[in-house]
Amino acid sequence: MNATTSLNSSAEYKERGASGKRYFESLKYAKHVITHPFDGFWDLVHEHRGSVAAGTTFLVLFLITYVAKLMFTNFQFINAPLQYINVFEQCGSLLIPFLVLCLANWSLTTLFDGKGRFKDIYMAMCYALVPYIIIQLPLIIISNIITFDEASFYNVLMSFSVIWSVFLAFVGLMEVHDYGPARTVIFLLFTMLGACIIIFLVLVFFSLLSDAAGFFVSLYREIAFRLN
Amino acid sequence: MRIMRKLSAFLTAILLFTCFSAFSESDAFTEVYTYNYDYWEDLRESPNAYKVKTVIYSSTLGLDKPMQRPQSLFVKGDDMYVADTGNNRVLKLTLENGEFILDSIIDRVNGADVPTLSAPSDISVDNDGNIYIADKNNNRVVVMDSELNYVKQFTKPADSTFDQDASFLPNRIVTDSVGRLYVLADNVNKGLAKFEADTTFSGFIGANKVTVSMFEYIWKYYFLSDEQRAKSENAVPTRYENMYIDEEGFIYATNTVFSEYDLKWDNANPIRRINGIGDDILIKNDRYPPIGDYRWVDGTNNVNLGPSKFSDITVLEDDIYVAFDRTRGRLFGYDSQGVMLWAFGTRGNYEGAFNAGAGVSIEHMGRDLFCLDQTSSSITVFTPTEYGNLIYDANNAYVRGDYDGSADMWREALKYNANYNMAFRGIGRSLLRQSEYSEAMRYFKMAHDRINYGRAFRLYRKEWVEANIGWVIGILAAIIVFFVGRGLLKKMKFEVAMYERDHIVK
Repeated sequence: MNATTSLNSSAEYKERGASGKRYFESLKYAKHVITHPFDGFWDLVHEHRGSVAAGTTFLVLFLITYVAKLMFTNFQFINAPLQYINVFEQCGSLLIPFLVLCLANWSLTTLFDGKGRFKDIYMAMCYALVPYIIIQLPLIIISNIITFDEASFYNVLMSFSVIWSVFLAFVGLMEVHDYGPARTVIFLLFTMLGACIIIFLVLVFFSLLSDAAGFFVSLYREIAFRLN
Repeated sequence: MRIMRKLSAFLTAILLFTCFSAFSESDAFTEVYTYNYDYWEDLRESPNAYKVKTVIYSSTLGLDKPMQRPQSLFVKGDDMYVADTGNNRVLKLTLENGEFILDSIIDRVNGADVPTLSAPSDISVDNDGNIYIADKNNNRVVVMDSELNYVKQFTKPADSTFDQDASFLPNRIVTDSVGRLYVLADNVNKGLAKFEADTTFSGFIGANKVTVSMFEYIWKYYFLSDEQRAKSENAVPTRYENMYIDEEGFIYATNTVFSEYDLKWDNANPIRRINGIGDDILIKNDRYPPIGDYRWVDGTNNVNLGPSKFSDITVLEDDIYVAFDRTRGRLFGYDSQGVMLWAFGTRGNYEGAFNAGAGVSIEHMGRDLFCLDQTSSSITVFTPTEYGNLIYDANNAYVRGDYDGSADMWREALKYNANYNMAFRGIGRSLLRQSEYSEAMRYFKMAHDRINYGRAFRLYRKEWVEANIGWVIGILAAIIVFFVGRGLLKKMKFEVAMYERDHIVK
């Protein structure tokens, strides 16, 4: 009883470091974050109630949920062409945009008074995925006991989970950076733009790199050919 | 370097991830003769549903001069009429001992003002045996009795809805059971011209609706100058290409002018079933509307030939309709619900292939299909194989209400083609009627039929709950008792602790 009441200052949370207990407490803290987002996200970052490890756990769970949804949802609701689906491709198609958006957001907000570090943004975004996980995982089971006529029930819960998560992501960014709502919206738009620029730069980089590598390989081949 | 390439390719793939369309056009397929599409729009080769019975040439009929650009076929009873357009005559063939022989050549109308025919493009015969000929270059539809005596003629309607400057060029005609005539005329885009039996014109039906989007309207009327507007294309309704009237008097019409975009969103309606007031009442209960091919890239030379363009249509028993795609020289068969039964055919110069460029006119007699190739002036007669007959029989049994018999025939069809969704659905329906719910579910799942699966599943679930209600309630009760009990226990412990604290502290 004493242990929980005494842990109320941020310094004490920080002191406890990466112990197992702190990890479980930061996992449990998700319950508070999703039900009281404004208070929850502020404390998550500024009072060190969350942890990157817990965030990563949620991210992994999110990917698992997504893949499980494609594989085990009854075909009445999602009829994914399983014969063509590559699990790693599916995960990549979620993970890479997620990380690129975090990176783009950090790159922009860090220049414009954003309080959040990359770690904080990543953590807040991961915690925002929790409603998606806790609603959609049970929905997979539910989808197997309801019929096509009852699809509206399924669809409502489905949309609800997504809306909740998006709302949390928005509030999360607001609290992490200590921005107002209008500013957050503007920076969200710029984040999209930033993400596109990052993807463009990465593509240019890789294609130039492969061209350069190709040049040296052909140079080597030419020399080897001449020497022979 | 390969890894780099792979990585960059992967990133590009992600970038393009959002740009997927439901109808992917880039996937090429190799040429197969008979096929069907599976649930994923993948081409599945199937056994032949039809085989060539015989090919009728001008020489087999013993004609004095060979057919020239014959444009249309018409079948009534055992007689087949061919519009030999280039020779200004109509050939009447008749079936004798399983073979078509030339019965007579119609090139004159006895007793008419203009007794000769000029570029006849279509024929129709009504129930009284009167022969209607679309005498295109004489600007009339002429009617004669079976003795070839002139009866009446339909000419350019003196009606303000008909453009009086344009000449009347009837191209395709059909007649219904009460002697009404429907005409598809060249350079008329208002739909089908309808004439009463007494040759009076009674208006157009089934015109394509013209839709102008909001953006198009704003762009045209607020941003373009008058001259630009005059130059820009007018939104005009498209013309039908061909038609067929079924036994119930509904007109099946094909339309080949549409945008690919409309096709994908089911707004193009390349095949229509037009009722008396001109509405399209074609039933489309499959996942995709009947639009012919879903994949448009030719596998051998990787060219996108575009969507199927149906040049003719004919309606068999049980509302099964067959349309001919002149883009690729293929025949598509659909059942009354708009589900594709089979597709077959190809372009080429051998038996069973078509020189499809100019269009092929199709007709049927029973289950046999006749394809008149305008370029090679020949009529290919197709007859269903055992597999093709099974499909028709199973469908017919289902329509008659013999569901179990239908299921047996579908089981037989599955032995020929294990990729046939219709068969799985048919068997599932029969099992559902026999209250074998879990088996029915299995078949519906294979057919990707979610609505019927839902029906079977609902009954299966009901049965399951009725059988297992005892222990389900038991477990639920145990859980509730456990939690309530735990709560009570905690409360009691708490009260004891409080009591002890109060009393010990004091």
